[in-house]
Amino acid sequence: MTTTTHTAVKSDTNLISIAFAAFMGLSILFIAGFASSATLHNTAHDMRHAIGFACH
Amino acid sequence: MLKNLVYSALFAGLAAGIIVAALTIFMLVPMLLEAELYESGMLIHLSDATAAMPDIEAENDWTRNGLTVLYAATIYIGFAFMMVAAMAFAQEKGVQITTRAGILWGLAGYGAFQLAPAMGLAAELPGMIAAELVQRQIWQIGTIVATIVGIAAVVFGKNWMHWGIGLVILAIPHVIGAPHPEGLGGTVPPELAAQFAARSLAVGAVGWISLGVMSAYFWRQGNR
Repeated sequence: MTTTTHTAVKSDTNLISIAFAAFMGLSILFIAGFASSATLHNTAHDMRHAIGFACH
Repeated sequence: MLKNLVYSALFAGLAAGIIVAALTIFMLVPMLLEAELYESGMLIHLSDATAAMPDIEAENDWTRNGLTVLYAATIYIGFAFMMVAAMAFAQEKGVQITTRAGILWGLAGYGAFQLAPAMGLAAELPGMIAAELVQRQIWQIGTIVATIVGIAAVVFGKNWMHWGIGLVILAIPHVIGAPHPEGLGGTVPPELAAQFAARSLAVGAVGWISLGVMSAYFWRQGNR
């Protein structure tokens, strides 16, 4: 019984960690890849063109 | 678990980002600089072809290249977070993550984030004509999401229904079609644009396969 509970709890924290990592990735991509502030645009210009993300 | 996810993503993303930045600076930036000369009118496409080309060399700007390295590392760390999250989730569901399988994970990411969007909207050079930015971004994001779901359904599906649905989802963005401008005719010569699009796909393939392999490698190291 105890073992099952432990496994379930561990699996839950694992899923939360995975969700956190996915969210980190999404945030970085959204800010770096798709947000369109002028400063960001100038920094990112060449790489954005290189990976084919819409730029301007 | 969390520590391993974060470290794997940082190491794998940084390593792949540096590889991509190097390839970009040597293979793609010179073409961007050349296109900018056409964009600004210093070179003119379709001028008298027999006339000698003015001898203009775009200068290599190391601040600009430094920013490219920084940005490549950032965006690939972003990709890496999603990659290790997907690998960790698959592992929870009983899929074994080997370094060799990392090649396939990398190819899947490449398909979703670069190849499928490029089928509708090829990598652009400055001075090319394109539809409105927001419309293109919506189509790109939609295509990325649909391709991830479609590939996952085909790879992890257990029967014909899963595989069929996966293939349909993969096709949807291309049936809808990417937003294109009313008329064409940018300032960049088509020869340059075509080569840029092809090189961009090649650099992306190298970057994504490296990312997949290294994500799997660091993830396994951390699991020990």
